[in-house]
Amino acid sequence: MNLAAAIFVDGLIDASWLFIVAVGLTLVFGVLNILNFAHGSLYAVGAYTAASAAGWYYGGQIGPPFFGYFVMLGAALLVAVAIGPLLERGVLRLFYRRDEVVLVLVTYALFLILEDATKLIWGVDPYYAYEPYGLLGNVSLFGLSYVGYDFALIALALVTGILLWLGLNRTITGKVILAVIHDRDMSGAMGVNVNRVFVLAFTFGVFLAALGGAFTAPKISVQPGISISVILLSFAVVVIGGLGSVEGAAIAALIVGLARSAAIHLMPWAELFIVYLVMALVLALRPEGLFQRTTLRKI
Amino acid sequence: MAGRLGILAAALAAFAALALLGRVLPNWFVLVATLAFAKGLVALGLVVLMRGGLVSFGQGIFFCAGAYAAGLAMRSLGVDDAVLLLILGGVAALILGLIIAPLLAGYRGIFFATLTLALSMIAYGILDKTYSLGGSDGINLHEPSFLGYHPPTPQAVSYALYALTSLVTVIAAALCRIHFDSLRGLLSLAARDNEIRVEYLGASVRRVSGVNFAIAALLGGVGGALSALSLGHIDPDFTFWTTSGEFVFLAILSGYASVTAVFVSSVIVELVRSFSSQYFPNTWQGALGIFLLLVILFLPQGLGSLVQRRRRSQGESEGELKPAPAPVPAETSQ
Amino acid sequence: MTALLETSGLQKSFGAVVAANDISVAARRGERLGLIGNNGAGKTTFVNLVTGYLKPDAGRVVLDGLDIAGLAPRRVRRHGVSRSFQIPQLFASLTPEENLLIALGIASDDGLSSWQPARSAAMTAGLEDLLARFRLREYRDHSIAALPGGVRKLVDVAMAVTHRPKLLLLDEPTSGVAAEEKFALMDVIMRALEGSDATVLFVEHDMEIVGRYAERVLAFYEGRIIADGTPDAVLGNADVQRYVTGMTP
Repeated sequence: MNLAAAIFVDGLIDASWLFIVAVGLTLVFGVLNILNFAHGSLYAVGAYTAASAAGWYYGGQIGPPFFGYFVMLGAALLVAVAIGPLLERGVLRLFYRRDEVVLVLVTYALFLILEDATKLIWGVDPYYAYEPYGLLGNVSLFGLSYVGYDFALIALALVTGILLWLGLNRTITGKVILAVIHDRDMSGAMGVNVNRVFVLAFTFGVFLAALGGAFTAPKISVQPGISISVILLSFAVVVIGGLGSVEGAAIAALIVGLARSAAIHLMPWAELFIVYLVMALVLALRPEGLFQRTTLRKI
Repeated sequence: MAGRLGILAAALAAFAALALLGRVLPNWFVLVATLAFAKGLVALGLVVLMRGGLVSFGQGIFFCAGAYAAGLAMRSLGVDDAVLLLILGGVAALILGLIIAPLLAGYRGIFFATLTLALSMIAYGILDKTYSLGGSDGINLHEPSFLGYHPPTPQAVSYALYALTSLVTVIAAALCRIHFDSLRGLLSLAARDNEIRVEYLGASVRRVSGVNFAIAALLGGVGGALSALSLGHIDPDFTFWTTSGEFVFLAILSGYASVTAVFVSSVIVELVRSFSSQYFPNTWQGALGIFLLLVILFLPQGLGSLVQRRRRSQGESEGELKPAPAPVPAETSQ
Repeated sequence: MTALLETSGLQKSFGAVVAANDISVAARRGERLGLIGNNGAGKTTFVNLVTGYLKPDAGRVVLDGLDIAGLAPRRVRRHGVSRSFQIPQLFASLTPEENLLIALGIASDDGLSSWQPARSAAMTAGLEDLLARFRLREYRDHSIAALPGGVRKLVDVAMAVTHRPKLLLLDEPTSGVAAEEKFALMDVIMRALEGSDATVLFVEHDMEIVGRYAERVLAFYEGRIIADGTPDAVLGNADVQRYVTGMTP
């Protein structure tokens, strides 16, 4: 019983992390039709920026400890605003008329560039920002001890998901974005400034990636290479859930989170590839992912 | 484009030139060239696939299959002969390709790319945790022999391997060139442009893709075996996604017009890599990224397009149909 | 005279829309039929059903005694059915010459070679013949993108006739072509088909073209055939005038 509970709780925590990290990727694909390989690097930049910000904030004891969370949020926002429009307008826009696979290659090139840019700015030694991690104490559940921060991440994922859903479905801007997702040309013909939607959507995607990084920073040692596992996991979640679908990303995050948790507890040797196995299975049975937003090109 | 005889003659001449060059140049260059050609073979396979409209982000799986087939044959079966090992590598990868092809059949575009990526990472995960196959440390290989010839010195071994790799390379390049110039080669390009029309004309896009995939697998495996022998070591990184990414990068860089461009690009990249990772460990990947962006932006056909004549696009007809002789349109019927 | 093509009870719906409603038609060898009807009447659905792009919900498509309903386009082509497309389906990165070579190669009995160069002697004769018949010689090595619309149509149709089809379906062959050139285009196509006993069905919106090149006309409306006869008879039919041509006397 305790094992099942442990798997479930760990899975939920993992799923929350996966959702926050992956939802930006699926949103960007839905709107711009770009599978952003650099998503993991943006996550990393968010983590580094937050770690630096936390170091500055807590090191200098600038203000009350809990305010540090807002500092980290601010770090994510900063990253988004600084990099998002620059990348979208400055680089991606040059390749819009090309094949979707070419765009993936472009984002792959961006990933390479960002990886080295990160190393140049922050160096290769790890950064730590553990202060925010301990602020929420420990929680005891099912006889096991969990860090309160991890549960806060679940809350963050829920809030993000709900706000996203509400934003997309209940606001005018959101509906405009949905329109562009469905039919970009038609929306343009209806008078939507599609270019502006692109910048907005991409910047928001960067924000979500950076947010994931920022709030993960306290849990890990921030160092070169953290982007790689994030890219792969995000890809898996997004493809399983259906490219472009926020609900799909949520369900997929749950599935993947629970699968990973089960693997860690029951078959540790399978931890690395259980995700890809699930992805391959889903693709074999339901090629467009769980929630279809994009049509599959099949002969 | 020269005829088939011309191509084969050029291949032989190239081999002769390479063999001579290998004698003259320093040993480190020979080592770099061997690895570059071996990887070039994998990239060539990817070019074959891309001409048919498919981009695989998981070619590493065949590269790895070939490498491990060679490595395990050497360690567990006592096979030492390089020629035999490269054949084993190719065949092993081909068999693997035939097994996973049905999984991939019918997928194109992004889905094909991510599915191949997933499969290669599954392989990575399995190999990384399978200790009987070396786990994450991999397996070391000892020096191979060459059809009975046991090179006396390490220099001689590298040269022999270099010569063998060069031979395989020019043969593969020549055969691919001939294939590209043939109707079957043209059909791949057609499938890339318009699958529906190909089907309506009576050909099977699935079969075209299948054949291309098999060729890519074979070349990947041969390249993997040769790389394994050259490096003297195999490990799961051979199928890691960054390895696969390198092959994609090479294929994009060279484009699908020129076969020679693939190997020239590979040598350049290998040279840049060996220098950069020594002197600029933190910037060379970024430089590669910038380079890739520039190539995609300004040379959408890759470097190969610099070598090829540009396609005649001087049709300046302004929209009038001028059949000669033009009948006067009748005002009334019958 | 036995029919080359006989459809009976062809039925196809897309949700609530009935695109083909009990279509039963017979066409003889060598007949030239025009298919008319306004947008959404079911003409292209009919073409798609006959050529294998769509599987009918019910009914048969019998070609020379063989039921080909529901077969894939590839198989249907092998049985001797060919089609051209309203928007020319070409291989855009290849030259017109290469487009035709592929069509010829696929159609040839020997199949495609991996070894012979594309322009081998075996293919050249057929290629030159096609280029001549369809007046494409001067455009043979131009880029597809630079071709005028009418020429693109010609390449599209030329690809469809490479293996001497028994049944040729032309989907709006003159659409997108300037008015003054429509006749020229149809003349080239029909002349190129001279000497073959292919049955030709062409979908058209231009009644002059239909009147000139068809010996028989089928009028579609809401998935059904509402008239079937000579051009004069059909075009003079009251229902056709009401629902299709809008030319009330």
